Amino acid sequence: MPMPAMSLASRFRFPSLLVVVGLVLAGCGINAIPTNEELAKARWSEVLNQYQRRADLIPNLVETVKGYAAQEKDVLTAVVEARAKATQVKVDASTITDPAQFKQFQDAQSQLSGALGRLLAISEAYPELKSNQNFLALQSQIEGTENRIAVARRDYIEAVRVYNTELKTFPGSIWAATLYRANKPMETFTISEQQMQVPKVKF
Amino acid sequence: MRVIPFVPARPGLRRGLASLCGVVLCVCLLAGAALAQLTFPPLTGRVVDAAHVLDASTFASLQAKLAGQEGKTSDQLVVATVPSLQGTSIEDYANRLFRAWKLGQAKENNGVLLLVAPSERKVRIEVGYGLEGIVTDAVASTIIQTSIIPAFRAGNMQRGIVAGTDALLEILNLDPEEAKVRARALGQKPDYGWAPFIVFAVFMILVCGLFILVVRFAMRNGWGNGAGRSASWEWTSATGWQRSSSSSSSSSSWGSSSSSSGGGFSGGGGSSGGGGSSGSW
Repeated sequence: MPMPAMSLASRFRFPSLLVVVGLVLAGCGINAIPTNEELAKARWSEVLNQYQRRADLIPNLVETVKGYAAQEKDVLTAVVEARAKATQVKVDASTITDPAQFKQFQDAQSQLSGALGRLLAISEAYPELKSNQNFLALQSQIEGTENRIAVARRDYIEAVRVYNTELKTFPGSIWAATLYRANKPMETFTISEQQMQVPKVKF
Repeated sequence: MRVIPFVPARPGLRRGLASLCGVVLCVCLLAGAALAQLTFPPLTGRVVDAAHVLDASTFASLQAKLAGQEGKTSDQLVVATVPSLQGTSIEDYANRLFRAWKLGQAKENNGVLLLVAPSERKVRIEVGYGLEGIVTDAVASTIIQTSIIPAFRAGNMQRGIVAGTDALLEILNLDPEEAKVRARALGQKPDYGWAPFIVFAVFMILVCGLFILVVRFAMRNGWGNGAGRSASWEWTSATGWQRSSSSSSSSSSWGSSSSSSGGGFSGGGGSSGGGGSSGSW
């Protein structure tokens, strides 16, 4: 049994061990939590992006409606106030993991959705406004943005579901308890009581 | 029927089996719920007439127009009619269908879906991310209100669909410079046909060579003489690495990654974020 260089053998063994450990850890999903977290954050940015887009469209819409239906002061001021409130809500990196902050954001946005819905509903009563080209374009943009918001929220909810599942299930739960202790489960959108009620139709 | 012999009157085992059955049942129910969500017609071509509102000649001429557009600018425009929206809104259905079909080229996301649901009397133009700047919500809304809805109201589904498609094609070709930029993306594809494979093969050869060198070096220096080694290792260390090389398997998986399309139409991998507009009649 020839034994020339024992020190060389051990010198090789350590790096190869490192490589093997790295591969095994990657196979065990050590990267899954950060990967899913980044995806969920990207989806959240898209949600914010679309809400911002809606907020940007509102001043134009309000101005256009004012030109034809200035007497609808209550609805118009409600929209302006709700928009101001929604844009004032502070959104930072901790919003998606802080239930209170998230609820505040969601409430402000749903209030704006309600006010905006009422504004579009009353405009049905003004034929001149309804035939205004500018209004029609704005209306389609607002509708399109509402739909984009719905899609962005759906994508975000799905990404959060994957991320939260990874935090709670094996083997992700092991990494969550050891390496990624700072990672908290993220919040998702809930349907408010108001929206869950079936709309009443009056004849 | 005979009683299964391995279920005796032992309560522990029986309880275990019962809970296992419960788990299996739950999984089956969940899978059923997932399947019950939405079903989409298969993407059989650029015109998918699942609601059967188009006649053969209109179908063929539409398909030819849409194919011509993709050949020219790489835009994937698809016309679909569905018999039912399965209880969801047309916006939701159209977006999910668009994503299931992956319309538009993967990097450009330049797909457009014209979806008609005759039984719900709803129509939608769903626009991929890449075309949102050209077919804006306002443009899509105008096309629906002026080209599609009047014909649908008059009871002529075919005329509305053809007029809507023509209007969409007109908008997509409105700015020839912009269309050319998108077309260039289509033409670029075959340019680097084999290059990635060659680069990968060279890389693999280098890695394999390095591996062989390392193993050889290790053998020379008695890597195989650690504790617990078998006798064959000692023998191979004496004669060189060639004898032991039979254990290293050659990887051939990279060669199978090239895909070929069978001549049929398929989505290019694009996606949509809910752009577009919808209408009802």
